Amino acid sequence: MANDLFNSFMTGPDENGRFGQFGGRFVSETLMPLILDLEAEYENAKTDDSFWAEMDFLWKHYVGRPSPLYLAERLTEQLGGAKIYMKRDELNHTGAHKINNVLGQIILARRMGKTRIIAETGAGQHGVATATVCAKFGLKCVVYMGAHDVERQKPNVFRMKLLGAEVVPVTSGRGTLKDAMNDALRDWVTNVRDTFYCIGTVAGPHPYPAMVRDFQAIIGKEAKAQMLEAEGRLPNTLIAAIGGGSNAMGLFFPFLDDKDVEIIGVEAGGKGVNAKMEHCASLTGGRPGVLHGNRTYLLQDDDGQILEGFSISAGLDYPGIGPEHSWLHEIGRAKYVSITDVEALEAFQLSCQTEGIIPALEPSHALAHVAKIAPDLPKDHIICMNMCGRGDKDIFTVAKALNWDMEESD
Amino acid sequence: MTRIDAKFAALKAEGKKAFVAYVMAGDPDYETSLEIVKGMPDAGVDIIELGLPFTDPMADGPTIQLAGQRALEAGMTLNKTLDLARAFREDDDVTPIVLMGYYNPIYSHGVDRFLVNAKAAGIDGLIVVDLPPEEDSELCIPAQAAGLNFIRLATPTTDNKRLPKVLQNTSGFVYYVSITGITGAASAVATDVGPEVARIQAATDIPVIVGFGIRTPEASRDIASVADGAVVGSAIVDLIGKGQSPSDVLAFVRGLAAGAHSA
Repeated sequence: MANDLFNSFMTGPDENGRFGQFGGRFVSETLMPLILDLEAEYENAKTDDSFWAEMDFLWKHYVGRPSPLYLAERLTEQLGGAKIYMKRDELNHTGAHKINNVLGQIILARRMGKTRIIAETGAGQHGVATATVCAKFGLKCVVYMGAHDVERQKPNVFRMKLLGAEVVPVTSGRGTLKDAMNDALRDWVTNVRDTFYCIGTVAGPHPYPAMVRDFQAIIGKEAKAQMLEAEGRLPNTLIAAIGGGSNAMGLFFPFLDDKDVEIIGVEAGGKGVNAKMEHCASLTGGRPGVLHGNRTYLLQDDDGQILEGFSISAGLDYPGIGPEHSWLHEIGRAKYVSITDVEALEAFQLSCQTEGIIPALEPSHALAHVAKIAPDLPKDHIICMNMCGRGDKDIFTVAKALNWDMEESD
Repeated sequence: MTRIDAKFAALKAEGKKAFVAYVMAGDPDYETSLEIVKGMPDAGVDIIELGLPFTDPMADGPTIQLAGQRALEAGMTLNKTLDLARAFREDDDVTPIVLMGYYNPIYSHGVDRFLVNAKAAGIDGLIVVDLPPEEDSELCIPAQAAGLNFIRLATPTTDNKRLPKVLQNTSGFVYYVSITGITGAASAVATDVGPEVARIQAATDIPVIVGFGIRTPEASRDIASVADGAVVGSAIVDLIGKGQSPSDVLAFVRGLAAGAHSA
């Protein structure tokens, strides 16, 4: 039924950038002309074969796509139920899915004649990807990163510096991803004429949520073809972690109209989704609001003030979520659950020990949900989870959480 | 006719430019903030811009971010901001109050309920930074219907092609943002601002007021001389942030107002 547009979940957003009531263009007037330019440029590029030819070439030769779809046999055996596949986007150049989108935006920026690139980053993966592609194309790169995240993601900060980027620690707020995004927007409004804002997730003002999704959809397109090749059919369940939600949207999107495929997004439950708000589960624990250019589910108090989330994973530590996820949640096409820090840490170790894959803390959340549901599912039930990043950047955080002294020799 | 329209008619009759002063509601606390706001008309302020505190003020520099944090830490909310306006109105039924802030607290409150409560509290106009014309159906159109002015920002990036869209549903006055940037950053330059204001004035009958980057009585005069008035925010908020007394803050405001009125 993929060409039944009337019942398709893949036609959004509308001309106002809305997915149902979510999305939109909630930005200051200074940015509005630029956002309209960007939208026109993207609409143009979308149907330009030379744009996609450049993307395909770089995806193949620079990023290393397609990433494998890997049957995790020992994990499947150990959990004793559903058959588990991992989409290995952690094998991409720079170690995560982020570069899929960065390439698209930087090529657009070059087409628009912009010479300076800014980005926000949480875990540092988007910052590293942006710094990488800027180095490749000789563009000036400034990355805003919460001071708290600079502290807990030191290896990525050093990587960005090696790649020639300027890393600006953001001290406003609690110094996490939300605050980095505020400061990136402040930079953009100040340097709007020569600067391109490379947003790392499926959030922000239209056209970013749709554009980032379209660039990340390569994950789902490949997974679909690979699954058909390996199994001769589609998976029963897709599972991906969600901060802003770009890796998840990228995996989910090509499957939205395959209505038999169950779709599950995993939010960061931090210390537990409870009244104390020590989590980042916007859909489970938030309500609709307007922040960073779009209407979406947000963690906020009764007065509409934005709350700081909490997660062991810097990449998921954001009080909002991409607007398309909010819409998929409301219409019920996708289901959203949460996983706590403790559960994610267990899954992190499970992946290391059963598959020899050190996952990032972000996909460890997805894996934790896999581990939760797989044992009770039949052996012919196929789960495809997105292993969207590798865990090298997280070893210090994990060592601390597991009380391992990194200074001590074994 | 709103209080804003009446104020501009009166200024025009006197041949005077408008002086607009911004403070964050509840900064550093409710009582001090109310005392400053109450003293403003006597210090020469024609229109009061009352900041609605928000955790994530994306168009504001550090000065106003910190003011918002101080206000929120002191327990300020949207309801208390409206209380402050109501308390001001007990003694002053003439000086317009424009509420300036971001959309989420208003959206969270419920637009219809907010408009009824704001009107009842004596608010005359709204400036909501993250609502461009593309989102007019959210608040702009309901606000006009409720009898509140919706004041739009025009910026150096608003070109002639876009200007009619920006002016279309604007009322009260147009707020020209003198720089591409955030509040309290670069300085406004009268020779740059003048032609831009003239461009906007040629396209509309409503007054054009200039804000962002004005910090001194001289700058207030220079900018007001090429527009229908000037707004000062961060320079005043800086003094509040440094803990200066309401009377010292108001003395500074008096100088800024005199600057604009001498234009």
